[in-house]
Amino acid sequence: MRIIIIFSILRELLQKQAVMEINGKSLASLKRGQKGIIAAVDATDPQVQRLMTLGLVEGTEVELAGAALGGDPMEFRLFGCGISLRQEQARRFKVASLDSGG
Amino acid sequence: MAKTPVTRIPVTDISVNRQPSASIAVVGSPNSGKSTLFNRLTGLRQRIGNYPGVTVEKHIGTLKTDDQTIELVDLPGTHGLSAHSYEEQIAIDVIFGRMEGTQPPDAILAVVDATNLYQGLYLVQQLLDLERPVVVALTMSDAAETAGVTIDVGALEARLGGTKVCRVVATTGQGIAELRDALVELPGQGAVAPTPAWPELTEAARDLADGAGVPLSVAEIERLIIDGNTGANEHVLECLGPDGPAKVDKYREELFGYDPPLAREARVRYAWVRDVLQEVQQSAPPFYSWRTRLGAFLNRPIPGTIGLFLVMAVVFQAVFAWATPIMDMIDDVTVSLGIAVTAQLGDGALASLVADGVIAGVGSVVIFLPQILILFVFIILLEDSGYLARAAYLMDRAMRSVGLSGQSIIPMISSFACAVPGIMATRVIPNRRDRIATILAAPFMTCSARLPVYALLIAAFVPQRDVGFLNLQGLVLFGLYMFGITGGILTALLIRKTALRGPKQPFALMLPEFRRPNIRTVAIQLLGRARVFLYRAGTVIFAVAVVVWALAYFPRADDIDPLMTENEAAATQLEQSWLGRAGKFVEPAFEPLGWDWRVSSAVIAGFPAREVVVAVLGTVYAVGDDADEATLSERLRSATWPDGRPIFTLPMVIGLLIFYACCLQCAATLAVIRRETNTWRWPVFAWAYMTTIGYVGALLAFQLL
Repeated sequence: MRIIIIFSILRELLQKQAVMEINGKSLASLKRGQKGIIAAVDATDPQVQRLMTLGLVEGTEVELAGAALGGDPMEFRLFGCGISLRQEQARRFKVASLDSGG
Repeated sequence: MAKTPVTRIPVTDISVNRQPSASIAVVGSPNSGKSTLFNRLTGLRQRIGNYPGVTVEKHIGTLKTDDQTIELVDLPGTHGLSAHSYEEQIAIDVIFGRMEGTQPPDAILAVVDATNLYQGLYLVQQLLDLERPVVVALTMSDAAETAGVTIDVGALEARLGGTKVCRVVATTGQGIAELRDALVELPGQGAVAPTPAWPELTEAARDLADGAGVPLSVAEIERLIIDGNTGANEHVLECLGPDGPAKVDKYREELFGYDPPLAREARVRYAWVRDVLQEVQQSAPPFYSWRTRLGAFLNRPIPGTIGLFLVMAVVFQAVFAWATPIMDMIDDVTVSLGIAVTAQLGDGALASLVADGVIAGVGSVVIFLPQILILFVFIILLEDSGYLARAAYLMDRAMRSVGLSGQSIIPMISSFACAVPGIMATRVIPNRRDRIATILAAPFMTCSARLPVYALLIAAFVPQRDVGFLNLQGLVLFGLYMFGITGGILTALLIRKTALRGPKQPFALMLPEFRRPNIRTVAIQLLGRARVFLYRAGTVIFAVAVVVWALAYFPRADDIDPLMTENEAAATQLEQSWLGRAGKFVEPAFEPLGWDWRVSSAVIAGFPAREVVVAVLGTVYAVGDDADEATLSERLRSATWPDGRPIFTLPMVIGLLIFYACCLQCAATLAVIRRETNTWRWPVFAWAYMTTIGYVGALLAFQLL
């Protein structure tokens, strides 16, 4: 069931003709204001599992809202809620970027 | 005086009134507006209790109708039913009825932030599996509207199997009456049976529940299947009978395969949440309010960091500047009360106990209240507006380099006023190791009680000289502040590398939108915290103050010449007293530091509260209470050893300053560390560690300089 939903969302995005890049981009490589959709999560790490229970799972749209001095930690928004991650954790989430933001 | 009407009420009525007919647990994630809603529902009809063996406070309120009293229990915030922090574990234990002395709740009030349905529905979904009646309160519905989010409540209720959903704005009271009605009816209702979000898991749990000898909720077994045996849920496994463990393992394999169960749960449940959101929630382009703009501006690294420093400067300034007049006033009142009591009761032991012991003891507690309250007002305002999380986020990188995390910054800065509220503020730190490291670093920060000691010694012994364009005295004071900061940071670093070494914790901090703080919430929280400080820390400081009084008062000196001045008499008495004897007894230990018995007794008297040392030095060097600092400084300068050498030489004074910068001479801090860590181990360690450093520092300064 979840796979179907994820695919339906991905398909929808493709129909919007968004630029898809799944070549190893992670949440950490988003630019401010740029959106991405989580494409894959390496869930072996319990710390990552904790973040997944906060909603960072495949198929979720995430926007980089800002960062602290030096670019770390980073602030992401998903479904209107703000969550801050350190870069090393953000790297565990591979994304397909949606747009270059404005 | 009028008779109190209470005596006329039959005893039976009281017991009926006191026994709540049902209890409802208030469950929600940390920033869901749960406490604001709880305060709105119960008003001042609430009390703060304790869970046995746990430092988290238990907030209980009552909801009264004509014929029944419903108890509302405000649980610590949790994102789900799988615990990731100490506070979450407590919330979950209460929900499952595992908390000793707390009845399992009859029903659940699930608090969901309307602007964050995504995470909120994840929790609601897990709560529905409890098979207990649930009402969902959608808080901050007004903020959701401004953000362009419209929620179809009817559709949401349908997706939740007919669970009642109430839209509320806790800050204005909108929708509260309806929610209250729903809550009153709730315990009598049966649980709804929604279509499960994860049918395979629910079926597995039902199958296991059927085989169990005792009734178990689906949610409890689901947690067992997903989380495994965490220890807290061991009894669930036992209830499943002899072939229970094998069956659980079989289901785990079927359901998760090689996937980590928690990750699989998150994937399945959030897929369901997204599906529901698509149906019930419409997002229009948001209206850009000043809050959103402010948030966006503060998201930029440089304005954000500058803003943080400005906020901190204002807080710091307020705590010192605004509190001083009130503190002076309290001091005056204490002194004049003492004089009045002595005038009334004469010169006996009783008068001295009341004036010098009780009144001075209570005064020494109350005098910190203005600073603590001002600091708390700021902390609660910052917390309620959502800025505190942002401060932690902005400072995370700097704090990480010393082995702490961003959440440690507020406690550390608070400790410049007083370590007591600083240590209480460490509760926001989810990681236990970070929290204890912060607690141990906090007392190194130069608190306001160290200032009188610094001021006296610097004024007396550091020459008023210009160094470049700076003043030497100011420079020494600044150096002492820096010394404290360095000491705290090194301590945190050391402890994180040794006793509290542990795996790196994820730093996942929820950053809520800015919102206007609610006056009611601020007032209620402030009252609660002031009460906690006065009761818990206050009793210790007070008791110790009375003990010190007794040590200085007994045994009475019998060779006091009636011709002596009052001050000389007091000095003679002190020399005779247990305190003076103790000072003489420990003199050999402190002699390498250059201290005579008088300094030693003052330092001993200062162990419960360091600022006492100024008053005791005043007495031992026979100056008296009313002496201004200049005369005390002169007396200290002219004090000599029996052979004529001056006692207060520069190396000795530097040593004494170092001793005060380090030593943990504060009973209130020790009591709070005990309370917050729930063991005597950490206060004892902190005391021994800081005293040792202070002693060695003073020794080195005196011997080497």
